[in-house]
Amino acid sequence: MAEPTITLKVARYRPGKDSAPTMQTYSVPYRQDWVVLDALNHIKDQIDGTLSYRWSCRMGVCGSCGMMVNGVPKLTCAAFLRDYPSQEIRVEPLAHFPIIRDLVIDMSDFLDKLKSVKSWIVRKVEKPVAEGEYRQTPAELEAFHQFTQCINCMLCYAACPVYGLEPEFLGPAAIALGYRYNMDSRDQGKDLRREVLGSHHGAWECTFVGECSEVCPKDVDPAAAIQRTKVDLAKDWFKSVLLPWGAR
Amino acid sequence: MFTHDIILIGGGGAGLRAAIAAAEQSSKLSIAVVSKVYPMRSHTVSAEGGTAAVMRDTDSLDLHAKDTIFGADFMADQDAVEVFIKEAPGELIQLEHWGCPWSRDADGRVSVRAFGGMSVDRTCFAADKTGFHMLHALFQTSQKYDNIARYDEFYVTSLLADDGKVRGVAAINIYNGRLEAIAGKAVILCTGGGGRIFPFTTNAAIKTGDGMAMAYRAGVPLKDMEFVQYHPTGLPGTGILITEGSRGEGGWLKNKDGYRYLQDYGLGPPTDTPVHRKMELGPRDILSRCHMQEYAKGRTFEGPYGHYVHLDLRHLGEEVINKKLPFVRELASKYVGIDPVYEPIPVRPVVHYMMGGVHTDMNGSAPLEGLYAAGETACVSINGANRLGSNSLTECLVFGARAGRAAVQYAAAQGAPSSQRLEALARDEQQRLDRQFLRKEGGKEKIAVIREEMQKAMEDGAGIYRKEEDMKRTCQLLRELRERFSNIAIEDRGDVFNTQLTAALELDFMLDVAEAVAHSALNRKESRGSHTRTDFPKRDDENFLKHTLAHRTPDGPRIDYLPVTITRWQPEERKY
Amino acid sequence: MNGTAVRPDKSKLHYSKMPPTWWLKKPAYLFFMLRELSSVFIAVFLVILLAQIHQLTKGPEAYAAFVQKLSSPGWIVFHITALLFALLHSVTWFQSTAVVMPLRLGERELPRNLVLALNIGAWVAVSAVILILFLALRG
Ligand SMILES: Cc1cc2nc3c(=O)[nH]c(=O)nc-3n(C[C@H](O)[C@H](O)[C@H](O)COP(=O)(O)OP(=O)(O)OC[C@H]3O[C@@H](n4cnc5c(N)ncnc54)[C@H](O)[C@@H]3O)c2cc1C
Ligand code: SF4
Ligand code: FES
Repeated sequence: MAEPTITLKVARYRPGKDSAPTMQTYSVPYRQDWVVLDALNHIKDQIDGTLSYRWSCRMGVCGSCGMMVNGVPKLTCAAFLRDYPSQEIRVEPLAHFPIIRDLVIDMSDFLDKLKSVKSWIVRKVEKPVAEGEYRQTPAELEAFHQFTQCINCMLCYAACPVYGLEPEFLGPAAIALGYRYNMDSRDQGKDLRREVLGSHHGAWECTFVGECSEVCPKDVDPAAAIQRTKVDLAKDWFKSVLLPWGAR
Repeated sequence: MFTHDIILIGGGGAGLRAAIAAAEQSSKLSIAVVSKVYPMRSHTVSAEGGTAAVMRDTDSLDLHAKDTIFGADFMADQDAVEVFIKEAPGELIQLEHWGCPWSRDADGRVSVRAFGGMSVDRTCFAADKTGFHMLHALFQTSQKYDNIARYDEFYVTSLLADDGKVRGVAAINIYNGRLEAIAGKAVILCTGGGGRIFPFTTNAAIKTGDGMAMAYRAGVPLKDMEFVQYHPTGLPGTGILITEGSRGEGGWLKNKDGYRYLQDYGLGPPTDTPVHRKMELGPRDILSRCHMQEYAKGRTFEGPYGHYVHLDLRHLGEEVINKKLPFVRELASKYVGIDPVYEPIPVRPVVHYMMGGVHTDMNGSAPLEGLYAAGETACVSINGANRLGSNSLTECLVFGARAGRAAVQYAAAQGAPSSQRLEALARDEQQRLDRQFLRKEGGKEKIAVIREEMQKAMEDGAGIYRKEEDMKRTCQLLRELRERFSNIAIEDRGDVFNTQLTAALELDFMLDVAEAVAHSALNRKESRGSHTRTDFPKRDDENFLKHTLAHRTPDGPRIDYLPVTITRWQPEERKY
Repeated sequence: MNGTAVRPDKSKLHYSKMPPTWWLKKPAYLFFMLRELSSVFIAVFLVILLAQIHQLTKGPEAYAAFVQKLSSPGWIVFHITALLFALLHSVTWFQSTAVVMPLRLGERELPRNLVLALNIGAWVAVSAVILILFLALRG
């Protein structure tokens, strides 16, 4: 019996040649334990060496392989063919990002945003290494731990209509990362981050569609981080209005 | 042309640590981090179990040193090990200050867990995503240094040496296909390992030994390449790693009769709770061999992807698994459909780590002026013939930082590189790429085919058990593949994001690395650490207590040797 | 200098636009649009309420005539729709509260659905009390 196959419709865009992406159809073997990325690798190795996409770890942790699979943002190394019972799977680059080529998108803007929230520990005075570690209780760790799980896969941006309409929006993962550092008991940089998180394109731009948390493969729940950031910002604002004498 | 003071190739744990160390020396220095993937995609991200250092009063520097040297089967340079052990705690504390979300004890201290071959709990961890958290903490921290410039998605194709000194690199800007010269006074290779020369590996697609091959081509010897570590517990099929941390927490290895077979190989007695260095906490080389012997006895399971045994975590309970090993649960559930809370996980040995690499001293300095190396791509050597789990993340930090500082010191005494010379060198390199790949007509050989044949040759000749005739055949096959590679077919002539070109370049590098591994193995006529020969089953200190150095020549590697530095720990029989 | 030193050439990138019908693509998006739309209905309802109060100041006849107008089928449909939207808005509000203010019991976070259920329970109880008071005062 011939090996069962499945059809992959893959977006192609060759800069300089194509004016817009087109779809190309490939037939690949269907295997129970294959993920979409395996199918793409099969195409690249056996059928068409000119297809371009990013991948590396194949275990859902490096964050390289995010694409739209049947219109939904997915890590292709964690999207099994068996979960798509229709005979055809559509693979496109992550939505809302400029396309460099085929399935590869430009993520430089995302990196700028990660940096803009000052995603590192800010200290008034650095503690010398010789003085040892900061103590942090498991409960203090718990307060931000979930938001450290982000692999920068950008699926949440591809799911966020606000980002799609307004590319200036700081977006789910970046806000969640800012919130993560704000909540870290070792950090003292909250005041510095307020400017970005509370800006027009910061947390307030979010209208709480909630899809970012739906598609997040690592249960980071960026939507929660954004809403809690709003509450923090509001609290800080009230404090600054009600307690104008530096009693904050 | 771009110009900087220090150039890092690689944005993994070692590369970023080196970059920060260099950046901190002076804000006037300009540091470039050149990486073929965005730094947080680097393979360090996959490391799970933890990173070792003496963090508690119950531990001591000497004990960690002894475990490391013993684990290395006495092939480690003991002076380097002592430096490593001494600087390790400071590095982990530094990382803690930089925000790494370590798992914590109730009193707020960083937690430690047991790991294979370690005689006390000394492996710090961030659940079972230690490398992920380390890498992101380093990357995020690196953003605050204004003097670090990143060349993300730049593929380095060669070192540019002028007058016997490394003065920069040639790199393809993957966004537009242009080959750029990036000039610097010192270059630090932090390009990671090369597990992809084998078919079945825990290593990511990007681990193709590029840096090792670049140094090798520039005339630097590769050291101890025959020592390739198999990890005893990878998922069949994908090779996805199930961390040693799962055994550190108390997991059991069982054969098809449900029997904890390690007790038959001198690792017993079996106990319900884990005992350091015993049973499942034995070192990786020994555990991987035990698996193969169980297989030979017909006591392993047989599945679509070959033989496997069971890693049983059920007795740990859901709470411990969720708290300490959540990623193991996620990976096993997703990729083999097994929830370790209720069922044992199928596992088998899988290629994991290369102890060998670019020959360096303990400042990361290679025997070519201006060139440094750190991390998995370097061989200092602290790992000798078998690395202990959780030493290598620490190695990236300690020797990354040391190489960063040493390179700055070296660079201070160097004049600016000559841009004319470098541009000429880059033009030569461009011509080579055009000739070999981009403008070549009529190539017949497929990248994937040569890659697969190379991987198979490596598994057959340089796997867990090795013997003379297999290795000879492998060396022969690799030569033929090198020949065939010159007839490679490149269909993609695009400038932008040409991943077929990078795949070809990676294969080109891998063929060099594979040859160095095979020849180094063929010449070591003894069994030591991960290098096990059925025709020479004993360790032979008389003749082989020495490092292998493989030099590149047009006819294949030339092998010579270097003494191992022994200070306070005299070689003895390695028994657990 | 710091950060990405070289970026892709913008002129070669392909930028795609969101189609105007994007919100029909997913139930979640549609739901979100409905929630946004709900504010329109609630605003109109409030304007009517204000007008109604205003009529009160003009005496019982004017008020009765106004109420008479409001009982036309069109307005009844409008009010039912507005009520449904108000319910939708309230439920999503409580959903977001569950996200924004997690409840903790010791080390553990209470499940969101439980927090949501508690919120909605409290809301129904308060509404019931108001309704009973209203009926009692009227009767
Ligand atoms: C699955 C897994 C789990 C592990 N778990 C542990 C553990 O628990 N504890 C432990 O101590 N160790 C562990 N290890 C080992 C450890 O993770 C690695 O040895 C270590 O992370 C290597 O780091 P590195 O910085 O040397 O290289 P990498 O992180 O591999 O980085 C290499 C860098 O070099 C760049 N690069 C490579 N070639 C080029 C080129 N041609 N041009 C430009 N850039 C290039 C890449 O882009 C990348 O940024 C594990 C390894 C694996 C595979
Ligand atoms: S928050 Fe989730 S979806 Fe968004 S980038 Fe991080 S891991 Fe990906
Ligand atoms: S390949 Fe790394 S996340 Fe998919």
